[in-house]
Amino acid sequence: MAEYTIKVRRFQPESGEGPYWEEFNVDLDPSLSVLDGLLQAKDRDDGSLAVRCSCRAAICGSCGMKINGQSGLGCKTQIGEAQELADKQASAAGTGSDGNSIVIEPMGNMPVIKDLITDMESTHWTKIRRVTPWLLPHGEAPEREYVVEPESMIDITQSMACIQCGACVSSCLSMEADPDFIGPAALAKAYRFVGDPRDAETSERLHDLAEDPHGIYDCTHCFSCIDACPKGVAPMDQIMRLRRKAGEEGIEDPNAGHAHEVAFVKVIEKKGLLDEALLVQESYAPGIKGKLKPSKRGLTETIKSLPTILRPLRKRKVKLRQAIPGLHHGLPKDSMNDVKSIYTHAEEHNEEFNLYIKGEEGELIDENVEKGIERSTDPDTAEAK
Amino acid sequence: MPSHDVLVIGAGLAGQRAALAAAEEGVSVGIISKVHPVRSHSNAAQGGINAALNPGDSWESHAFDTIKGSDYLGDQDAVEIMTREAPEEILHLEHLGVTFHRNEEGKLGTRAFGGASAARTYYVADITGQAIMHVLYEQLMKYSEQIARYEEWFCSSLAIDENGECCGVVTRNVADGSMELFQAKSVILCTGGNGQVWQPTTNALICTGDGIAMAYRVGAKLMDMEMIQYHPTTLAGKGFLITEGARGEGAHLLNAKGERFMEKYAPNKMELASRDVVSRAEQTEINEGRGFPDGTVALDITVVPKKRVHEALREIVLVGRDFAGVDITREPIHIKPGNHYTMGGVKTDVDGRTDIPGLYSAGETACVSVHGGNRLGANSLLDTLIFGKRSGRDAAARAKRTDYAHVSKKVLEDEEQMVADLMSREKGSGRRISEIKRELGQTMDGKVAVFRDEAGIQEALEIVKRLKEEAKSAYIDDHGSVFNQDLIAAIELGYMLDNAECTCVAALERKESRGAQYRTDYPERNDEEWLKHIDLERTDDGPEISYSEVTITQWEPQERTY
Repeated sequence: MAEYTIKVRRFQPESGEGPYWEEFNVDLDPSLSVLDGLLQAKDRDDGSLAVRCSCRAAICGSCGMKINGQSGLGCKTQIGEAQELADKQASAAGTGSDGNSIVIEPMGNMPVIKDLITDMESTHWTKIRRVTPWLLPHGEAPEREYVVEPESMIDITQSMACIQCGACVSSCLSMEADPDFIGPAALAKAYRFVGDPRDAETSERLHDLAEDPHGIYDCTHCFSCIDACPKGVAPMDQIMRLRRKAGEEGIEDPNAGHAHEVAFVKVIEKKGLLDEALLVQESYAPGIKGKLKPSKRGLTETIKSLPTILRPLRKRKVKLRQAIPGLHHGLPKDSMNDVKSIYTHAEEHNEEFNLYIKGEEGELIDENVEKGIERSTDPDTAEAK
Repeated sequence: MPSHDVLVIGAGLAGQRAALAAAEEGVSVGIISKVHPVRSHSNAAQGGINAALNPGDSWESHAFDTIKGSDYLGDQDAVEIMTREAPEEILHLEHLGVTFHRNEEGKLGTRAFGGASAARTYYVADITGQAIMHVLYEQLMKYSEQIARYEEWFCSSLAIDENGECCGVVTRNVADGSMELFQAKSVILCTGGNGQVWQPTTNALICTGDGIAMAYRVGAKLMDMEMIQYHPTTLAGKGFLITEGARGEGAHLLNAKGERFMEKYAPNKMELASRDVVSRAEQTEINEGRGFPDGTVALDITVVPKKRVHEALREIVLVGRDFAGVDITREPIHIKPGNHYTMGGVKTDVDGRTDIPGLYSAGETACVSVHGGNRLGANSLLDTLIFGKRSGRDAAARAKRTDYAHVSKKVLEDEEQMVADLMSREKGSGRRISEIKRELGQTMDGKVAVFRDEAGIQEALEIVKRLKEEAKSAYIDDHGSVFNQDLIAAIELGYMLDNAECTCVAALERKESRGAQYRTDYPERNDEEWLKHIDLERTDDGPEISYSEVTITQWEPQERTY
């Protein structure tokens, strides 16, 4: 047992007052959850403290909230860990190193109804319905099951693992800037259909999601949703998969993201260092063909990028050599061998990252354990072996 | 007054399936749920769903396993229907988009499960319930014109017309506190089980036996209420579930001495014996001092290849890590039997019809009975879907041939009065709702659990009766309209106390040991006297007991060994 102070951002809609903070003292085992702490406060002190919850085990998705500013599930965050984080944050801010309150707020990017309860219908669910969230197969269903690649089912099971808790939506920086952004949860849901070989409207779905100005290209790649997701769905990865599939479908990326990625890989492979001038050229007019017969878009984008090159030149932050494509120096030859080996490794391990296949980072399957070779738990002797 | 031909209460798997089946028949459907549908507890079904779909398997084999698992208390006509219709239902789900595991040929693949003589459990990693429920919810969104969804509406009473037929329900919009009387030609109760009556439990906080109590209060019979399943592998303290799929994948159960103790209790099926058998074995090891000091035994998943664990048992890797601080791929995890499932419930026929015309029930709320004294793993999802579908169809057929009855507003006024009474209680005038709930849960887990005896059950019953009295003066803090969860908890407490009383009365009545009911004072199964269901009907003096026959078609009761 330990004592904690939880500081809850409250809002009682019928009081006529605005939101306010209230602290509750709770005492429970550090391994219990922030939700357990809230429920204790509710049971003992104030039954009007409102929080949605049901399963207590991170499967129903009810208790999305912000804990010390981070979006997640109340039931999945241990109160002891939340305390450590609160202390760490306070210590970094220079406001004392222990005994700080654990700060609990309703999720972001959604209207608050009461205390920690947000209006998910008007934001989250409306966006989910936006992506036509049901399977659209063509023709009659087969007599038995659809026969599909086993991996394809495992692949979309990562998206199916989504419990619609809204933590990713709460943390989404793009949605903060553009409330109309379809958003991480709905786009992850969309991938569940785009990646499903039984769905017959893949192309229509991709065009729909790509051509919507608030669609897949509205994501700024900030990783917040991946951090927030309590189920390892990695919504941003699903958005990137959608973009890749859109690229394969011949859909033009308004951000030139895919072309940029390809150019980046190519430039580094060639030089080991980033030749930014070359990067621009390769992104919009790749290869000899691109230079001889640049597309209209390639030309306009290159011209548009000129001021970005000229400004640092004028201020002498960049030397002329660096501003002309191809003149930037590369790495020495022996270092280039190291770069080469990275590329070779990446090629040999060219697999999609998926929880259901490989586990999370840091718990990748240990081949020795797999083979039954004993593993010493003592780090000293382990190294000797 | 909102009206629907068919009104479904509860939006887990049974409710959603019932709503979809009714809508297919072309009637207007409303589905009411006290939480958003995807928060429903069907989510928690991890392991899979049974069906004899493989060539070489047969529905008869599935039926026999189910009946043997039920300790011969399951009604065999109902079991036959469920197991015969299972393969078609799996294919239907697959066609709707459920991402079932595939074998190397890309066809549906199976895993082994407890009490089954063949590997016939279809699954999506260990999120099967969630995966199926989210796909059904996709269908609800797709058919939103035919099916009106009332998400976060709480039901507090059924409406019965002057002919004694069910004609609607009183419900409260949780978001604004407004109360409405909904009219319907058929009402289907799919509100799940009553696990919250026990503490700890694997069940979600919403599993408070609402439908069972609502049906009981309007005079519908309950059946097999003594049959409460304790799941063999739950985390001590919190009661979180570790799927039976872990044992299906080959995990071992070990006592503190490192012995694989199931050898003694079920030498053939070992860890994959029926749940009641495994739970009793564990509890015996713990009671006789061969458990760990924290009152547990160990589940060793490290014997399952790691790659397989990540692919098929992903969720419990997270449960172990987040809720027990254990990496299940590297070390055994401590577990014990914990409250898990309500085999009994509202007595229905194979089309979900209760004793009250117009009132149906399906899923864990109902007792058809397919599970009898003990439910097999991966049969619960199947039960929800098959009988959800059948109830939906029959409820629609009834709606087509009847007109809306006259619904008296009195039931709404009564409920408004009940709410006003609750709100008017002075702070400190009685006990807190949460205190009563805690005492109820601990009492039931202590006295009406894996092993029971007359003295213990009697004591529990007395406590429940006292708590019922105390609940009448228990007070709430929240007097508002918007999301008044305090008020809802008070009404739920009433539901739970009715459920508890019925379980105690039935457990006291059944003087034998069968399935989940193990009486240390009557340790043998006694077919001569007790091969029958215990039915309960509400009176002002408590539940009145009667009996009904167990339907036997082709499987005569035998001695049950695994």
